[in-house]
Amino acid sequence: MKKDNNSVYGGHTSHEFNEDLASLNADFLKMGYMVRDQLTNAIAALMDGDGFRADEVRNNDKIVDKLELEIDDEAVRIIARRQPAAIDLRLVIAVMKMVADLERVGDEAKKIAKSALALSEEGQAPRGYVEVRHISNHVLEMLNDALDAFARLDSELALRVMKEDKIVDEEYKAATRSLLTFMMEDTRNISRCMSVMWVLRALERVGDHACNISEHVIFMVEGEDIRHTPVEDTEKLVGR
Amino acid sequence: MNMNDTLISEPLEPQEMSTPVNRPVEDAGAQSAKVEEGKTVGKPFADDPKFKLRNVEVFYGQERAIKNVSLDIGRNEVIAFIGPSGCGKSTFLRCLNRMNDSIDICRVKGQLMLDDEDIYHSKKDVVELRARVGMVFQKPNPFPKSIYDNVAYGPRIHGLANRKSELDDIVEDSLRKAGLWNEAKDRLHSIATGMSGGQQQRLCIARAIAVSPEVVLMDEPCSALDPIATAKVEELISELSESYTIIIVTHSMQQAARVSSRTAYFHLGHLVEVNETSKVFTSPEHELTESYITGRFG
Repeated sequence: MKKDNNSVYGGHTSHEFNEDLASLNADFLKMGYMVRDQLTNAIAALMDGDGFRADEVRNNDKIVDKLELEIDDEAVRIIARRQPAAIDLRLVIAVMKMVADLERVGDEAKKIAKSALALSEEGQAPRGYVEVRHISNHVLEMLNDALDAFARLDSELALRVMKEDKIVDEEYKAATRSLLTFMMEDTRNISRCMSVMWVLRALERVGDHACNISEHVIFMVEGEDIRHTPVEDTEKLVGR
Repeated sequence: MNMNDTLISEPLEPQEMSTPVNRPVEDAGAQSAKVEEGKTVGKPFADDPKFKLRNVEVFYGQERAIKNVSLDIGRNEVIAFIGPSGCGKSTFLRCLNRMNDSIDICRVKGQLMLDDEDIYHSKKDVVELRARVGMVFQKPNPFPKSIYDNVAYGPRIHGLANRKSELDDIVEDSLRKAGLWNEAKDRLHSIATGMSGGQQQRLCIARAIAVSPEVVLMDEPCSALDPIATAKVEELISELSESYTIIIVTHSMQQAARVSSRTAYFHLGHLVEVNETSKVFTSPEHELTESYITGRFG
């Protein structure tokens, strides 16, 4: 189901209420796209061995944390002042939960930046970077789609993101296996391969968070909590 | 009007009684969602209901104020009727103890069964019906008598007590159930109208339950009360729901959310949706219900 944006962020008798919800929506997306850029920059820093860029990502994480607090505060204020119900309530609750996921994605970006710094200082021929590039493209797309699904209130897109996560998990396993092979080939690779392994792990977690965000989008749009339910049931719900 | 009527009827306010259908429902026409007559989404029916209401229609003259409403009201449940002004929720409530009988131009059609008895049967004793189905109104309306006499009035006329001590017990018990005993026990014989609004409203509830009704109808019982008095009445509602079926009409959606187990949404005389209250306030099924509870009307 797709909901009309106007039907969610507009139409209240109270204009202030409309504005409150619209600004909550805007701030959430602002944080979302900022976190996405953090991740993009962290990956680029890793690939290019760019320590300067990696530092920038680590510093910007403070801004992400601050946004999380601001959005939570805004949501609490709306609950206290407006007593939202139905779609409005689901929106506010979903934003509060999704913000936590975004903040964690920000932390993963920071971790990747840290690994990028460590790896750039070692300065050896990259191992496992093909896998990193592949998975990072994949999870960035998932994160983007999850944010788009929220922006457009599109539960079908959210469901597609959830399905992608299974594929990322498989790719993660395969990448881990090939890194293990490198380590067995030459024990001098172990330290570097472990750093790359942490990066892969962080990316896999980003996929999980994109998946969680999508679950909350479906809750918002469809009115049903689909966490811990089989994907087939969610398909029926979204497709009805 | 004799005192017998006054026990269950509020003072007639002509402009309120005769024109409920003419009040506009602001901006409702602008909504894209339509209601299909006689079609109620959610769960309007229950097993073993207290009230079984089928295809109920109410007319004020030519005007149809309630349009083909079917609903079950379960035993000992608290059900809230919500909806914009003029949607028919109070009109519908008043059918349940035949309060609408006093309006000349009002006609009620359909099947209205209380424990499998047709309450609109021509031989039905209306006084007995109103003893079984009590009512509490928007404005507290105690008799200009003592607190004691207010509560004792119903039991006296229905002959529920043989001795003074029995009557004393009924008065104490009713006041206790209404949470008013501690405040009223030392002034039982002072005049009821000297109490605060909240106390007066709880006195009216005590008076309603003194005749041991099975159902209590409440028509916006808290709209004239301050928040603390409201909280006390709401607390009372949840206590009373252990032994009575309670039907409450309210304009406060938060109140409906707080006190009821099921919520029914009325719109322009249609019963649009009935569902568990938690469902209605988190993910209502009908678009009109959602528009109303999120404050998107007019």
